[in-house]
Amino acid sequence: MTDSSSDCTYEEEYVFYKNRPHWKDVTPVPQDDGPNPVVAIAYTEQFREIYDYFRAILRSGEKSERVLELTNDAAQLNPANYTVWQYRREVLSHLKSNLSDELNYIGETISEHPKNYQVWHHRRVIVEWLKDPSKEMEFTNVILAQDSKNYHAWQHRQWVVATFKLYDLELEFVNDLLLKDVRNNSAWNQRYFVIIHTSGFTPNVIKNELEYTAGKIREVVNNESAWNYLRGIICHTESGNITSEEFIMKFCEDLYGTGCRCPYLLALIVDICEELFELGASDEIFSMQRALQVCDDLALEHDKIRKEYWKFISRRINQALLHRTTAA
Amino acid sequence: MAEMEPVNRRNLEEIEAERFRDEDRRTASSIEQEEVEKTVLSRFELFDKRAEVDIDCPLLLRQKHAAFIKGSLLHLHESYQCLDSSRPWLVYWSLHSLALLEEHIEPEECSKIVGFLAKCQSPNGGFGGGPGQLPHLACTYAAVNALCTIGTNEAFGVINREKLLEFLWSLRQPDGSFFMHENGEVDVRGAYCALSVSKLTNIFTPELFEGSAEWIVGCQSYEGGFSACPGMEAHGGYSFCGLAALFMLGKEHLCDMKAFMRWITNRQMRLEGGFQGRTNKLVDACYSFWQGGAFLFLHNILFKENKSIVNSDRWLFNQEALQEYILMCCQQSSGGLIDKPGKPRDLYHTCYALSGLSIAQHTSLVKKYVVGSKINLLAPIHPMFNITFDSAVKTMKYFENLPVPQIGIP
Repeated sequence: MTDSSSDCTYEEEYVFYKNRPHWKDVTPVPQDDGPNPVVAIAYTEQFREIYDYFRAILRSGEKSERVLELTNDAAQLNPANYTVWQYRREVLSHLKSNLSDELNYIGETISEHPKNYQVWHHRRVIVEWLKDPSKEMEFTNVILAQDSKNYHAWQHRQWVVATFKLYDLELEFVNDLLLKDVRNNSAWNQRYFVIIHTSGFTPNVIKNELEYTAGKIREVVNNESAWNYLRGIICHTESGNITSEEFIMKFCEDLYGTGCRCPYLLALIVDICEELFELGASDEIFSMQRALQVCDDLALEHDKIRKEYWKFISRRINQALLHRTTAA
Repeated sequence: MAEMEPVNRRNLEEIEAERFRDEDRRTASSIEQEEVEKTVLSRFELFDKRAEVDIDCPLLLRQKHAAFIKGSLLHLHESYQCLDSSRPWLVYWSLHSLALLEEHIEPEECSKIVGFLAKCQSPNGGFGGGPGQLPHLACTYAAVNALCTIGTNEAFGVINREKLLEFLWSLRQPDGSFFMHENGEVDVRGAYCALSVSKLTNIFTPELFEGSAEWIVGCQSYEGGFSACPGMEAHGGYSFCGLAALFMLGKEHLCDMKAFMRWITNRQMRLEGGFQGRTNKLVDACYSFWQGGAFLFLHNILFKENKSIVNSDRWLFNQEALQEYILMCCQQSSGGLIDKPGKPRDLYHTCYALSGLSIAQHTSLVKKYVVGSKINLLAPIHPMFNITFDSAVKTMKYFENLPVPQIGIP
């Protein structure tokens, strides 16, 4: 990554393209905004000139070392210019350039612009061309160390892990992240991703994951990420039902018994009640009357911002009760 | 002025009671959240005092915002260089914001804008980020939306529909997903943008989207929201694209709607009132639209499924709380809207905060809930495209008379 001091030297030494002898043969092509430009950006002289030369090259179709340099300059000024990156790839492939160097280069660019689509896409293409993922885990480690929820970095990492089957150490990585920040939802998502593509949610894995997640919930009850993951596991039980997991029912009831009124717990209790009713099982603890009461508690006290939602769920429950009565 | 419904606003005490509880486990996520809540609460406190002396409080700074946008529509500071490949977006964000504010633009101005967008159209179909740039699906979506917002025959006439359809075909993958541009990245934005422009300009053909719905459903995460591509984390922007695309394909039944509803309703922040993009992330005004907009589809889907339990008067989120967040926390006094207090203004957040505000004000074309001054009321939007409702109707009427272009399918 360039620091500010090296940026300064760069500015001082900068030579405009028009003053570079080896660019003398190229006539710059100005941008054609038409007679009445709108959203006209006040380009710096440097920006304008570089893109004038880039347009000239696009027109001539030249693919050379000096064009690589030009695309580098253009991309540094606007890393979101996908036309520049696309052309750069054409040049790289034409010149059969050293792709390891390119990987280092794009790594530096990503470090400077970690939330940009184009730079990550460029890296992915280079890795595809190299067929070598050996630097990718370490690279995304560094980016995620700065921002553990960077969406692009996770997307790249998932692609690498899935394409090159690098699942082995991934769960360990996720565990570390969750130890640092149990609320990191991206890490929870990666946990799911790894399991579904490796062991799968077998009965044994489900048992372990339920225990792990229940433990994390007990540590921080109001952590929605863990509750969502819990529901994600349940989808993979044989029946897909919450109520087929004794463990969950007991976990919820115990937690409720301690006086916990966390909205995610209450929401799960409502779902348990509804599900048992749908399955035709009458349950004294998880009854529809309780579900209605809990919806009220949520709407009026524990989850007021979602009042409309809880009123909707109440109406759904009442309708189900009414249908049952009518049918009987 | 239209009839307004009474609004239910939270008092300061109720809002303060919603403070984040870190349960003695301070992590990066909880520290950031607490910092944001502090700044948001101080804004709410400030407005609470103002409201005692000013019945029009909070007020949407219509003129200030319009002036900021109109200025940007002409000239942008050097710092916008990083958006030099998104100029149709800059035009769309500006024009749509002005349309929401019901600001008039002179016909000559419109003509100039149309002329510029025409320069961004590629001879091979679709629009690029600027004149001479490769066509890009997102820029195409923005350019088409901008032209339809202008809504003149001149604007409609710019769109080369036959070439546009060819361009869309060139980006389609066998599995029904779409590249964003030639050799570019693939994610759920592609299918949404392709659907939006093809529905709006009447070039939609079912063959173009064969398999798309199934691919999109694969992007629904275990949390219930949609992600960029299969396996990734549920996210507000991609969720909007996913649900809107499924809705346009008439295939929303393929996804788990209960899970989606649970996920999206939980994205509204209990203290701030605005939306976050992902679980355990921070509020951001742009999600007022990306999340807020999805509620309109959700409402429609639930209504079709089970009419008698849907409250037609209300979306399934707290509309007043969202309006308060936008009006009290996201307006820059010199004009323009922002992500959250302390962030700089920009056209993107201005557009999506205003779009979300409009959604929160209009439950239907009849019921209106307006927090603060009555003049805060914005034009209603069409959620499929996020252009104003009137623009969408006019556009569809114009293009429905033109035949769907017949092209040789590659």
